[in-house]
Amino acid sequence: MRLPIYLDYSATTPVDVRVAEKMAKCLTMEGAFGNPASRSHAFGWAAEEAIDEARGHVAALINADPKEIVWTSGATESNNLAIKGVAHFYQKKGKHIVTCKTEHKAVLDTCRQLEREGFEVTYLDPEHNGLVDLNKLEAALRPDTVLVSLMHVNNEIGVIQDIGAIGAMTRARGILLHVDAAQSAGKVPIDLDAMAVDLMSFSAHKIYGPKGMGALYVRRKPRVRIEPQMHGGGHERGMRSGTLATHQIVGMGEAFRIAGLEMAAENERILGLRNRLWAGLQGMEEIHLNGDMHARVAGNLNVSFNYVEGESLIMALKDIAVSSGSACTSASLEPSYVLRAIGRSDELAHSSIRFTLGRYTTTEDVDYTIKLVRDKVAKLRELSPLWDMYKEGVDISKIQWAAHH
Amino acid sequence: MAYSDKVLDHYENPRNVGSFTKDDPSVGTGMVGAPACGDVMRLQIKVNELGVIEDARFKTYGCGSAIASSSLLTEWVKGKTLDQARQIKNTDIATELALPPVKIHCSVLAEDAIKAAIDDFKSKQHADAQKSA
Amino acid sequence: MVYLDHNASTPLDARVLEAMQPFLVANHANASALYRQGRAARAAIELAREQIAALVGAHPTQVIFTSGGTEANNLALKGAVLGMGLNSIVVSGIEHSSILQAANALRRQGRRVLEMPVDGAGRVDIAGARTRLAAGQWVTLMWVNNETGVIQDVSTMAAAVREAGAFLHCDAVQAAGKLKLDFEASGAHVITLSAHKIYGPKGVGAMVLDRALDIEPLIHGGGHEHGLRAGTENVAGIVGFGCAAMLAAAEMVAQVAHVRALRDMFEAQLAAALPEITLFGQHALRVSNTSFIGVPGMHGETLLTALDAEGYAVGSGSACESKTGQPSHVLLAMGVAPSLADGALRVSLGHHNTAGEVAGLVTVLANVVARFRNMAAMRLA
Repeated sequence: MRLPIYLDYSATTPVDVRVAEKMAKCLTMEGAFGNPASRSHAFGWAAEEAIDEARGHVAALINADPKEIVWTSGATESNNLAIKGVAHFYQKKGKHIVTCKTEHKAVLDTCRQLEREGFEVTYLDPEHNGLVDLNKLEAALRPDTVLVSLMHVNNEIGVIQDIGAIGAMTRARGILLHVDAAQSAGKVPIDLDAMAVDLMSFSAHKIYGPKGMGALYVRRKPRVRIEPQMHGGGHERGMRSGTLATHQIVGMGEAFRIAGLEMAAENERILGLRNRLWAGLQGMEEIHLNGDMHARVAGNLNVSFNYVEGESLIMALKDIAVSSGSACTSASLEPSYVLRAIGRSDELAHSSIRFTLGRYTTTEDVDYTIKLVRDKVAKLRELSPLWDMYKEGVDISKIQWAAHH
Repeated sequence: MAYSDKVLDHYENPRNVGSFTKDDPSVGTGMVGAPACGDVMRLQIKVNELGVIEDARFKTYGCGSAIASSSLLTEWVKGKTLDQARQIKNTDIATELALPPVKIHCSVLAEDAIKAAIDDFKSKQHADAQKSA
Repeated sequence: MVYLDHNASTPLDARVLEAMQPFLVANHANASALYRQGRAARAAIELAREQIAALVGAHPTQVIFTSGGTEANNLALKGAVLGMGLNSIVVSGIEHSSILQAANALRRQGRRVLEMPVDGAGRVDIAGARTRLAAGQWVTLMWVNNETGVIQDVSTMAAAVREAGAFLHCDAVQAAGKLKLDFEASGAHVITLSAHKIYGPKGVGAMVLDRALDIEPLIHGGGHEHGLRAGTENVAGIVGFGCAAMLAAAEMVAQVAHVRALRDMFEAQLAAALPEITLFGQHALRVSNTSFIGVPGMHGETLLTALDAEGYAVGSGSACESKTGQPSHVLLAMGVAPSLADGALRVSLGHHNTAGEVAGLVTVLANVVARFRNMAAMRLA
């Protein structure tokens, strides 16, 4: 067993060695390092061929046409391009967008920007299990709604939204649906032939590919139009300019190819490990699972350890790499906005740890983690005045706390 | 952010963890912060008849810097008079522990805690004096 | 196969690949993570920021990473225009398409776009431009042109722009690693860079800016890069960019001397073999690696394909335009006749090229031209 144990696969994954090998071949003088837009020589053609192959691999995993894949620098850019691209292109049709409070910052911050530009955005409250109630979604739709943007799998609590049903609802009303699938590709089957999704964002580095690489699926039938956000040489059929990073694209393609081959068996193995982890932690006092247990990806376990502060627990768990809340906000002092949105108190949100398991997690890793977490939580509770009070039967929620910061 | 060696030392080997009986007239208790903000500090001091802090205990719910700030504080206040202890500034704690800017509030909380403990002790003495009077 | 298209893209330096490797597999952490691997990734990014700052004479806090030169140019131009509410943009006709198209997008949104005149040698006419400058304008001028290699007089331009109370952005994608750049001294408010033009990886670039400017981000979410560019950092790519910048700074003098000797040799041999060719921009100051030539009466695309068959990879101008088959917009802006622009070839040399390769290209090019001319003559006869 190698320490530290990596249990933060939702923040990012290591590049699979098979992916790294393919990427290296596109980087050096001997490989396809040319500019794929160079039409005049074999270096450019080799790069273009490699990119076409990768496009095919990505499309295959999600059952789409390769022509529907637009390369980007990552899911954040994909989300920006999809939401702003649709909003700007269809603004004469309407200026209302519906999303959810538990979306990734890339979606929420983009919506905030559109609000500054004069769009109106409805932010749905999810249910306590993290899922969006379809009736509430339906009630939020208006004649001037042009776009619904909802994530397939939540990055913090791992819950899976019913995209099929949501797509049926939006399609029937002629509203476009964008889905952030950064956390679901390779973990949950995606069939874009069957799902009425119009735009879908993908990331390479959440699926054992490289960082700085993503894609946006843009449906061709019925055709979806977007206003490009990055202008230049007209790459990617004008939707996204910029020299294509061949090695990055090839890496993403290989990562998606491998996911297609191994997803079913891998999910089963990871689910077994996740359940083992949860079974090992259950029985501890005052622990709370965040998010629905059933509509949930295999690798995610998000637990609040009441009366222990999350950051100090991460510090105590220095032999394992985990996060509290999303990695994008973990440098700040705010409790996870996702946990707040599903109705968790600030205290429980502050006490949460996200364990995310993946391709290289072993049974030994899980067993070591269980023991370590049990020990360290006990140690920190010994240090915690709140734990004392809980043990004395004091109701902490009834205390008048002086507001501090 | 990286923690300084001193923060790590206090975090891993916290000094003076524990509690005194709250009702003991020689004990002052300061509890500051709020669970919703992610940190709660409880600092207790035991004061002798000369007004010198003989012993101190703490319990803290919070990040590593909050735990280290309160642990360091218990070391510092021991042997000090109440007036001397009141002079401890959050900047002294922040400097000693090399706290990064985002963690300065932990040292502020520690300063608040010692002040609250002293005030609590004094109000008890005052109440006692009234009772005996 | 001999690669002579370094202005389109450079091969990755083997040392850069070595620097990147650990951040692909062994340390793959998200640089925002708090545990030690995350902090190591963050530290590596900050080192790269310092290395890039050192290459261009900037402070590390002025460096914002992007997904490449195109994004950096879009961010600088649109970000500044939107962020500061500017209404007037001044560009030259020889800018990269990422600037011209971004300017067009702003024009469609109701902003005014003015064009600076360019002379026959490929130099922006600064005296002519000066009359168009006004306070609150955004001026974009590329430091070195990607097709001709012509170096623009940035410091004179910056003085004129600052005197007018306007802002200057220099697209330095083709200048970095070929010229000694000093952002602070240049007078430019923003410069933009790309890694894969300096033997670094594709998919990473940077905007270097005066932080007093109010730039609106193009990509929102997560607040990375001082809130100017959201998205999980491409750690390996950024590390590779930093390493490439460090190597460029250390080795520029020697590398520039090497390619200049080759380029001068190439141009001398070519003039002897094909005296009728035109060397675009030859009367201006050029970077040491670029020869942009026009072969009268020939179609560039035909020449390129023939050279490719003989094992020589050269460019026809900007790789980004090579799909459209349009003659170079740079040559047209310089007033070159479309018929000659159509026969343009760009030879851009790099660190690994040799005298033998360059001599070989001259021989093959002369043969190919002779062959086509014979065929044309036979057809006529």
